Amino acid sequence: MNLIEQFRDGGLAHALCDAIAAACRPDRDYRLMEVCGGHTHVIARYSLEDLLPPQVRLVHGPGCPVCVLPAGRIDLAIGLALDRGVILCTYGDMMRVPGSHRATLTRARAAGADIRMVLSTLDALRIAHENPAREVVFLGIGFETTAPATAVALKVARSEALANFSVLNNHLLTAPALRAVLGEGDETTLDGLIAPGHVSTIIGTRLYDEFAERGQGVYVAGFEPLDLLEAVLLLIRQINDRAPRVDNGYSRALTAEGNPRALAAMAETMPERRGFEWRGLGILADSATQIGEDFAAFDAERRFDLCYEPVPDPKSCICADIVRGARRPEACKLFGTVCTPDDPIGPCMVSSEGACAAQWRFGRHRLAPTAGAVAA
Amino acid sequence: MSEPITSKRGNFAARSLDLEAGRVDMNHGGGGRAMAQLVAELFQAEFNNPFLAQGNDAALLPSAAGQLVMTTDAYVVSPLFFPGGDIGSLAVHGTINDIAMVGARPLYLSAAFVIEEGLPLADLARIVASMARASREAGVPVVTGDTKVVERGKADGLFITTTGVGTVPEGIIFSGDRIRSGDAILLSGSIGDHGVAIMSAREGLSFNAPIESDSAALHDLVTAMIAAVPEIRCLRDPTRGGLAATLNELATQSELGFVIEETAIPINPVVRGACEILGLDPLGIANEGKLIAFCPPEHAAMLLSVMQAHPLGRDAAIIGTAGQDPRNFVRLRTSLGTERVVDWLFGSQLPRIC
Ligand code: SF4
Repeated sequence: MNLIEQFRDGGLAHALCDAIAAACRPDRDYRLMEVCGGHTHVIARYSLEDLLPPQVRLVHGPGCPVCVLPAGRIDLAIGLALDRGVILCTYGDMMRVPGSHRATLTRARAAGADIRMVLSTLDALRIAHENPAREVVFLGIGFETTAPATAVALKVARSEALANFSVLNNHLLTAPALRAVLGEGDETTLDGLIAPGHVSTIIGTRLYDEFAERGQGVYVAGFEPLDLLEAVLLLIRQINDRAPRVDNGYSRALTAEGNPRALAAMAETMPERRGFEWRGLGILADSATQIGEDFAAFDAERRFDLCYEPVPDPKSCICADIVRGARRPEACKLFGTVCTPDDPIGPCMVSSEGACAAQWRFGRHRLAPTAGAVAA
Repeated sequence: MSEPITSKRGNFAARSLDLEAGRVDMNHGGGGRAMAQLVAELFQAEFNNPFLAQGNDAALLPSAAGQLVMTTDAYVVSPLFFPGGDIGSLAVHGTINDIAMVGARPLYLSAAFVIEEGLPLADLARIVASMARASREAGVPVVTGDTKVVERGKADGLFITTTGVGTVPEGIIFSGDRIRSGDAILLSGSIGDHGVAIMSAREGLSFNAPIESDSAALHDLVTAMIAAVPEIRCLRDPTRGGLAATLNELATQSELGFVIEETAIPINPVVRGACEILGLDPLGIANEGKLIAFCPPEHAAMLLSVMQAHPLGRDAAIIGTAGQDPRNFVRLRTSLGTERVVDWLFGSQLPRIC
């Protein structure tokens, strides 16, 4: 049995589920939020909710960077590629995210824009070297998992005095988003948080202490189904013991401080941005980064004098509620009828890690046959 | 190829093609001497068979008994060479497999080459040689063809369109709408190898162990399967869109639903690992040497053993069952015993960012 199969072992899973059922008190509910879209995806792909007792509710959180990037930011990227003739380098899963009027990078490319999918910022730097006569813009997106790579690219570009490279920065910060979702200081109905392992190795676990102090247990989990079941079990025990704390279920590499080198590179190149609009969440204070003064020459927003225009969310789309965990995808009128992964209306249907897409792709056999009759 | 040429080499060029350092230029598609030389020295020499040697605009072929089957497919792949194959062998295997999937015996192939100006002649020669080898090994000759050269930037190096003709005996009808509730679903081997091999070659990714494309001609395996179990209802090769797309297509065509078992589906551990890293679903990744078979449950064990006895079906497995389902869902029973939908992929699968 290889490593991956061990993490998906049915016998172990059932043992964990039995322990979860035994741990659940019959007189109460447990509302646990999985913060990260990667977790949402695994939960849907393994139908983990079907294994849990009815008292346990998993609530999807705001942690998919594709889902929470507002349409206006996509518009900026499309504009650069289509009207300013730059070579726009981007990660693959940005290609289908709708900007305003359902424009996407895929459609822009079909219309003649030079948009290239890359797997790392180094590819973008290479493209800049290979095309000295063209402007090359890297569309930076993601939480602290991807931001360090962008930081490194900025540093390399500066040390090489690369004249034709810049970054359109949309990097987001995890903790402010969580605060916003959980309602700063408010009473909240969530009992615990399942935090993503990969981001946590960068940002560390100390950031979660404030949530534990406010009564929400935190468990940092990996991305296999058994990791998530284990997270549920240990959070339920924390809740029963009324002892909320931050537990590490990810790896020995995870420390309270995180990865100081990655954080230093980010701090050097990308300080906090005062306000940044999130899809579904509005403008959140200090929730994103911008390119610092020392790297201004590599800031696409400055270099191309870009002006961000907010675009209203699509009518009837309840994504704002979904990323806050207030409602479930099936509650949306458009779910599966007008809005499907083939033709998404709202951001939650775009990325396979969005709550609506995960539910539609993996869970629609559970829905009434009338939901999404169009695509069935 | 179909352009008439004279038989005497000396008539069209003083020097033979520079297959080491030369490049394809516009003259090679111009219909003149350079083109005749390319055809004679490369295509004719490699594919070398009496039908092609007729040298007329169309090949004259003996007719065969049974119903005629014809298929055509255009091959565009980047990079042109990948671990386990290249565009040439792929163009032969893919078209042979399309013919084999209706239970037919492939007889002849044609090939049209759209070559981008600047392609190194050495690359072209390697591809044509590989294509010729694949066709020889499969016993299906390339009997006619065509070459066009387009300006630089107008093609991705090389496009090949392959047409195949074959015959199927009266009485054999393999089709998605013949699948019945209760039928067993068999898969001939591990999935995802081709797509991951291409992706790793394209993105310059390297994994612990090399992943090779599974590109192969399946007609011989199919012949063995039909001989043992003529009751087979349907065959399909899960190419683009992978197992997920093929099963969804067939569920719709048969107006049934399928349930497949995650633990029964063979996947090479390296492919599985690569998919994890890139955030891809192996069920949605392309294969070029695998087939899915549907047969009545009472014949499934027999069919499985015949498949496993063939080198191209060594890892064959029974992966699921067809059943009634008004919504024609393909469901997967996961390793944890839960059930989920296996959806078509939307767009192409793209590596995720985090
Ligand atoms: S189904 Fe579509 S429109 Fe509705 S909330 Fe989800 S993404 Fe938005």
